[in-house]
Amino acid sequence: MADVDTGGKGGGKKKGAKKASTKVDMTPMVDLAFLLVTFFMLTTTLSKPNTMSLNMPEKPKPNDPPPPKVDERVTTTIVLDKNNRIFYYKGVETPEVFTTDYSAEGFRKVAVEMVAKGKSLQKDAVFIIKPTAEASYKNVVDILDEMKITDAKVYAIQQLYPQDKEIIQRYKTEHNITD
Amino acid sequence: MAKVKVPRKSISLDMTAMCDVAFLLLTFFILTATAREEEPVVVDTPGSVSETVLPDRDVLVISIDKDGQVFLKVDSEKTRLAMLDKMAGRYQVSFSEGEKNQFRLTEMFGAPIANLKNVLHAKGRERAALQKGIPTDSLDNQLDNWVSYARLAQVETFGVQQQLRIVIKADKDTKYEVIQKVIDTLMKQNLNKFNLITNLEQMPAGFGGERRNH
Repeated sequence: MADVDTGGKGGGKKKGAKKASTKVDMTPMVDLAFLLVTFFMLTTTLSKPNTMSLNMPEKPKPNDPPPPKVDERVTTTIVLDKNNRIFYYKGVETPEVFTTDYSAEGFRKVAVEMVAKGKSLQKDAVFIIKPTAEASYKNVVDILDEMKITDAKVYAIQQLYPQDKEIIQRYKTEHNITD
Repeated sequence: MAKVKVPRKSISLDMTAMCDVAFLLLTFFILTATAREEEPVVVDTPGSVSETVLPDRDVLVISIDKDGQVFLKVDSEKTRLAMLDKMAGRYQVSFSEGEKNQFRLTEMFGAPIANLKNVLHAKGRERAALQKGIPTDSLDNQLDNWVSYARLAQVETFGVQQQLRIVIKADKDTKYEVIQKVIDTLMKQNLNKFNLITNLEQMPAGFGGERRNH
């Protein structure tokens, strides 16, 4: 194949130029092309970011009727603390504080339980999410995600009021949580 | 036993047609792919099970990195120019044609309006180092003005049909107080609906039987 035809040798019967086949093996080229196609396909479709929608309550207008009172039996207040800690308490008047985490065995169980309880009372379970200033963004998204996973319909992000801080602080001192 | 002789045939195929198809597809994907511009901040978004895909156009992305620096990204060049004009008028900063042109080509920025000139003159790495985020303090809330002028500029250029959709893209380690500041700024303008950019995560087993569309 790679021989160079020097001519001359082996008799003088020259038949004119040898006709080489013009067929080229396309297989490697096809391989390369498909590799690039795959690369571009994956990078274009995977680079589209996903989003989660978040609706905040509208500012109340002066003439609006007061908001309806929530049913205490189905209300859970969730306080997102630093170091991936969650405090939650059920009801509003006489809260008993519990602590949990973001694992599947942690908060999800609570949410599932409350959603089921709401269903049995023919009501939607209400979750009030109150992130502290030290909570990370991931914590908030994780909680919103849990709402979606457990199919909770009614939830809202609210700011942390002084009375919530007090409740959490009391719990912390009772249980010697210092960090 | 007598051997049955199978005549040997050449198994080489003509690959030309396949090659044509492959390159056709390749060309298509290269042309439809959009080049991603280098962003001045690295934002590692948290994961969620949400499957809604972010639209390509008419979005205003507020990026917040893990140190709480706020950056803004508007996709349309026309809107960008118009909102720079409005901001320049509001803060009494004048921009030359060259600077305006630079701003038109900058998808994402994050600097106080007083420093924006220096940023626009810088290139590449230097520019990224100069950008320290848009001020969001209550005393000097430039984000508030940027957002309202961006929305105004978008409506003026494209009409009410193509209003900007507000998207928040924050790092998973960002402190919530920064997010709260941004959300409060938006809510002050009566913007109560926004999208949060997340990475796709698998729905845990046993949940999500009834899929809801948001």
